[in-house]
Amino acid sequence: MTSGPDITTGRVSAAELASSFDDIHPPLDRRTALIEASRCYFCYDAPCVEACPTDIDIPSFIRSIATGNVKGAAETILDANIMGGMCARVCPVEELCEEACVRNTQEDKPVTIGALQRYATDDLFDHGLQPFKRAPDTGKRVAVVGAGPAGLACAHALARSGHAVVVYEARPRAGGLNEYGIAAYKVPNDFAQRELDFILGVGGIELKLGMALGRDVSLSELRQNYDAVFLGLGQNHARALGVEQEAMSGVLNAVDFIAELRQATDKAALPIGRSIVVIGGGNTAIDIATQTKLLGAEDVTIVYRRGPDHMSATWKEQQWTQSNGVRIKYWAQPRRLIGWPADAKGTALKEIEFEYTQLDEDGRLTGTGDTFALLADQVFKAVGQAFVPTAIEGDRSSELLEMVYGRIAVNEDRQTSLPDVFAGGDCVAGLDLTVQAVQDGKLAARAIDRKLRA
Amino acid sequence: MADLSNDFVGIKSPNPFWLASAPPTDKQYNVERALRAGWGGVVWKTLGEDPPIVNTASRYGAIQYNGTRVAGFNNIELITDRPLDVNLQEIKQVKRDWPDRAIIVSLMVPCEEDHWKAILARVEETGADGIELNFGCPHGMSERGMGSAVGQVPDYVEMVTRWCKQNTRMPVIVKLTPNITNILMPARAAKRGGADAVSLINTIQSVVSVDLDRMAPEPVVDGRGTHGGYCGPAVRPIALRMVGEIARDPECAGLAISGIGGIATWRDAAEFISLGAGNVQVCTAAMTHGFKIVEDMASGLANWMDEKGHATTGTFHRAAVPNFVNWEELNLNYKTIAKIDQDLCIQCGKCYIACEDTSHQSIAALRDDQNKRRYEVIDEECVGCNLCMHVCPVDDCITMVEVDTGRDYANWTTHPNNPMRKEAAE
Repeated sequence: MTSGPDITTGRVSAAELASSFDDIHPPLDRRTALIEASRCYFCYDAPCVEACPTDIDIPSFIRSIATGNVKGAAETILDANIMGGMCARVCPVEELCEEACVRNTQEDKPVTIGALQRYATDDLFDHGLQPFKRAPDTGKRVAVVGAGPAGLACAHALARSGHAVVVYEARPRAGGLNEYGIAAYKVPNDFAQRELDFILGVGGIELKLGMALGRDVSLSELRQNYDAVFLGLGQNHARALGVEQEAMSGVLNAVDFIAELRQATDKAALPIGRSIVVIGGGNTAIDIATQTKLLGAEDVTIVYRRGPDHMSATWKEQQWTQSNGVRIKYWAQPRRLIGWPADAKGTALKEIEFEYTQLDEDGRLTGTGDTFALLADQVFKAVGQAFVPTAIEGDRSSELLEMVYGRIAVNEDRQTSLPDVFAGGDCVAGLDLTVQAVQDGKLAARAIDRKLRA
Repeated sequence: MADLSNDFVGIKSPNPFWLASAPPTDKQYNVERALRAGWGGVVWKTLGEDPPIVNTASRYGAIQYNGTRVAGFNNIELITDRPLDVNLQEIKQVKRDWPDRAIIVSLMVPCEEDHWKAILARVEETGADGIELNFGCPHGMSERGMGSAVGQVPDYVEMVTRWCKQNTRMPVIVKLTPNITNILMPARAAKRGGADAVSLINTIQSVVSVDLDRMAPEPVVDGRGTHGGYCGPAVRPIALRMVGEIARDPECAGLAISGIGGIATWRDAAEFISLGAGNVQVCTAAMTHGFKIVEDMASGLANWMDEKGHATTGTFHRAAVPNFVNWEELNLNYKTIAKIDQDLCIQCGKCYIACEDTSHQSIAALRDDQNKRRYEVIDEECVGCNLCMHVCPVDDCITMVEVDTGRDYANWTTHPNNPMRKEAAE
């Protein structure tokens, strides 16, 4: 008779894992890319460009693919978005460029812009080409804090302009969410590190790993020692469910597990429950659910407190996880964690009770009073992350750094209330997407460059 | 159901679709497959004198357009490379086995009457329905004083045609080269020589592409290339125009035309027939897709004829010829302007940028109150050129609407701006 949680390693063979964690969308071959490229109308003032947070000239790069100028296509992409390769893999294109494609109006089938972008950037990477050259050294030095998409994009653009850049990263590896946060099957073959190498390949960027702001270096020091500072701090805090006994064993933060999974040399060594419940409605929820399913969990259920249209995970992401055997239950919120009888190690999770939800007359979410329970060996919390400014607290500079709704306040140049400090990515307001972080870094770099040359 | 049967200068076939003289008709095996597939007839690949010519490897080049293969096709193959006897035997056998199909023999021999006389007698003996004189081949044979070397000199065309008419009872079709300034010159010459019909166009001299690695024209034969003959969908407009010119030329009246040049569908065939062709010949489409395409050509043409009430091809043959006129006969008082159907518009902006950059700045790029793109024709500026209609990717989204100018028909011949104008009669 079962008397405790069923959590074990090695639920799936290494061979199965290798295939299930392989590329979810295999790359286009040359012929398919040409045919797809020929579907692009080369629109005037194209809606897809308007929908791209980094303003990639999409019709132009697609035309370059069509003419066989694949290197030119990659240059067009990377010039606007140095992480064009990563964005081609992780962008929710169905809500950005591909949603805007005029072919939707005509035939409900957009040009597969993301796949074409990947085709062009992969080609450049596979040929080991470096299209960018550093401008002559300006003698100016800029500190970038955080080697995530925002920080790296900013560092690259600054280095291109001839400034010397030092990037401080608290974690042991650079890449930020690209390295620690994105589902493994979206970036197989160590793509995040290959892209990092490509970005650093321009020269003039020094990485200082394991250096945390607020611990190993302070904002005031950076401001003193550098001509400008860029903060790409990301979000550092996983939100709690707000129910009792959250410390119970088996109740985990999805982002922590995803990071562990990305860094694991042997995925089969990760302990996985037989029954898993994921709480949340974003891409993190989708990613943890799909990946635990692929790791051998038998029943995986995502529970979200609102309906499918409210989920921040796109319809395509929802379909993707469902097609992998994950069940999504909408309109329910967690109420109670129920444990097995406590033993020497404490209490382990057995099940979780939910209350059905609905919108009241004023459109507010309320519980209906009816409940149900799901057996769960593990519960993954994916109810969002927040920026907690511990890294900049207690520093003289931080007193002058304005915040807005819990994030660092910036203007359109991504300049903070401190004229020499800029910020971007998830620590400022805006879309929490890789592509937006890249744009923030790019815009900040432009403004910093203008400022340093003035 | 429409009757597709065809009578071309007395040569009968169950439909107007013949395979042109080319690789698909080089030997009995291919020809029988074609006839089984339903082709109305074949023009056997050009026979010459022994010893046969030799061919190269490779022989073809092609243009791809937006991922579509063989939008244009180019060959450097010569006439048949098989002994004359073998071809004649096979022709005889095929004609015996397929009496209801048209079997035409294409010929090319040196420009001396004895040579023509000799081969005509042997062809006649096969029971073939007619001959086609290959005055069109633009490569390889022309350098030897045959093919288009003859076709480019109207006097030679007339002379050889006359020899053939005098030395055979078979109908004579003269195949014309388009590699000439005015197609009417050889067409009229053929008529003077007594030809029953002309067929056109043969291929257009071409270099289909340059291999940028080997720095040689394609197809590359051991590092070098040569010009070839261009055909396929890309040449159809050129062929259609030349067919139409002959059809409306009073001096060519009564001269039958077999239309050739990029014909791939029933619609192409209907267009050629309406502009003067008595039947059509096909090659590239068959080489691209196989002989089966004739099924749709036949059923498509019959269905269209039923829809339009044409019992036979005769009722629309030449129907478009009277409307094919010189530019100066067009009505200068006729006006159309573009109209954009906003419900069909997908907001791609192609009409706008085409008009703005390259034409008359007659389309406005606007944003509605939801910042949605909207493109509108500025009626006063539109000259009715219809560029926008052609670049629009949506069928029927942009149409050309007739505008009543209140003025009667008037053309250039009487226009005040024409220094050579004729005074209008009182």
